Amino acid sequence: MTTAERSQSPAQPLVNWRALWQNLVQAALSVVLSLVVGGILLLLSGRNPLDAYESLLYGAFGTTDRFTETLVKATPLLLIAVSVSISFRCQYWNIGAEGQMILGAIFSVWVALNVTGLPTLPHLALCFVAGALGGALWSLIAGFLKAYLQANEVITTSMLNYIAVYLLAYLVRGPMIDPGGFNFPQSRLIPEALELPRLVERTRLNTAFIVALVAAALALVFWRSTWGRRTEIVGASRRVAAHVGLNIPRTMLLVAGLSGALTGIAGWGEIFGLHFRLIEEIARGYGTLGIVVALLGGLNPVAMAISAFLFASLVVGGNAMERNANVPFALVDVIQGCVILLVLSRAYLFKRAS
Amino acid sequence: MNWDLVTYSFVVGVLASAVRWATPILFAALGEVFTERAGILNLGLEGIMLMGALSGFVGAYNTGSLWVGVLVAAATGMVMGLLMAFVSVTAKANQVVAGLGITILGTGLSTLLFRLFFGLRTKPPTIKTFGTEPIPLLSEIPVLGRMFFNHNIMVYLAFILVGVGWFVLYRTRYGLALRAVGERPEAVDTRGLNVTRLRYSALLIGGALAGIGGAYLPLANLGLFWTQMTAGRGFIAVAVVVFSRWDPVRALLGALVFGGAAALQTALQTLEAPIPSELLLMMPYIVTIIVLVIVSRRAEFPGAFAVPYSRGEG
Repeated sequence: MTTAERSQSPAQPLVNWRALWQNLVQAALSVVLSLVVGGILLLLSGRNPLDAYESLLYGAFGTTDRFTETLVKATPLLLIAVSVSISFRCQYWNIGAEGQMILGAIFSVWVALNVTGLPTLPHLALCFVAGALGGALWSLIAGFLKAYLQANEVITTSMLNYIAVYLLAYLVRGPMIDPGGFNFPQSRLIPEALELPRLVERTRLNTAFIVALVAAALALVFWRSTWGRRTEIVGASRRVAAHVGLNIPRTMLLVAGLSGALTGIAGWGEIFGLHFRLIEEIARGYGTLGIVVALLGGLNPVAMAISAFLFASLVVGGNAMERNANVPFALVDVIQGCVILLVLSRAYLFKRAS
Repeated sequence: MNWDLVTYSFVVGVLASAVRWATPILFAALGEVFTERAGILNLGLEGIMLMGALSGFVGAYNTGSLWVGVLVAAATGMVMGLLMAFVSVTAKANQVVAGLGITILGTGLSTLLFRLFFGLRTKPPTIKTFGTEPIPLLSEIPVLGRMFFNHNIMVYLAFILVGVGWFVLYRTRYGLALRAVGERPEAVDTRGLNVTRLRYSALLIGGALAGIGGAYLPLANLGLFWTQMTAGRGFIAVAVVVFSRWDPVRALLGALVFGGAAALQTALQTLEAPIPSELLLMMPYIVTIIVLVIVSRRAEFPGAFAVPYSRGEG
């Protein structure tokens, strides 16, 4: 994550394969070590870590069904990771993905339920835009407070997460509650025509997955664009950025808006691809996972796609492990924390390893 | 809205509960004042508080002694602080991300350990909490007596630590060195003091206090542990530190602002205010943002804030 690791000169190819390979080796070491730490914890509590991990692996890859489910989980993770990578590379520490995802979901569902008379495709497009807008606006609150009033964005975005969770809880119990839902905290279902098409029959894998891949590909282009370069300069040094005449507040707003929009789209994808209605658990845990995926991927779109897949398999497998081997899912959360800390210390720890 | 309930005793009760709400945040903020004065931003407070809550609960549950719980929580907090110190001081990683890592680890580990210790139960394990111990004479002062001197012993401990913290920071050689290392580490290094050791010590203090702050919730307030029970208090504590301008006494003031917002929120629920409870629950978080915005423009961060120190690189 230091400036030296980033691609710098314009003559370099779109993807710096050598740096990517080195990162991959270190990242793999971090993950393996984290799994070992998790295994030791299990061992200490008198459980067999091999059984647990076997159940996890089978849960993630055992059948075609499980495998597509892993891709389903990777979808929001990749979108959020791309969002995180944009803000982190600018050293704008947006940790509000959970809240932005919720607002994206709320906006897009509202449009789906309340805008009528549109043909299906424009209506779906409008929902998509609304989702992006919801996430962007929520993110811009913190962006504005940071850019013009110097309020620490880590605090404001984490507070906005809690506020968004309560806002969603309020909406699905009050104004947006499903009148035919026996008082269950959820909204009405979106019109069936707006449900995203499935990529594989009889699985939950849907077109939102393609959207996530496109977003990652566009991120590669973004870093080659003038905007991307400006973002990186502001991230590398505020002083240099000011010196070369860049408008730092405006760059931060761009970054906040863009990363919020991507997370909002993740919220849209979860609703229109999977749940088809607002529910409270829509974004739970995704903010953290998105950050871990982004950091493990070294904020590089290609590596983040791999790391999104890895963590999606941990999540899907972890759920199976909880059911089948009676090992708490929280093991996956511990592994996440270990991965971040190891990735951060890798320059110090793995000096000779790669 | 049920205005009949608003009596003298109710209002004083709300003020007293503001102090109790403020206490866990105050512990963590006091520690963070030390940490940030040494030039380190520890955003891992949330995770450390959770580990403190878990370990304090387990310690008290297994030994039957609440004080053992407090000590275990402090020790656990120090281990987490040590981890933060390794990543941010020794490995010189970005402190924001390191703090997030600590928070994520603490959140996951506290959840996992609770499940491994207690399994899935229909009835959650409970402990008896610290009882209220009014301070003779002082607790009989009108309003202020009930507000400040009619609490459990951990609240008093927090008050005492405000004074101790102020004394250590401004009246001891260690405090002077700590403040210097946050402003100009290279100058401290030139004087032959160990920058790394000073920063480690600041993170150990910060970790211990955040651990105790987290343990306040199960040991003095709820008698229970649940996943993510700190609900953002670690991040609020960081905001309190900005509010405090890195001063222990003003940290008490800042913690009371947030305690007040939380107490008001519960009071409004009791009074059946015509506002949905979900919206009332947002209040402490909204207040945090507003206060942070107000204080941030004038805030003067320590000179070497969040910058890892390397000799010869300045």
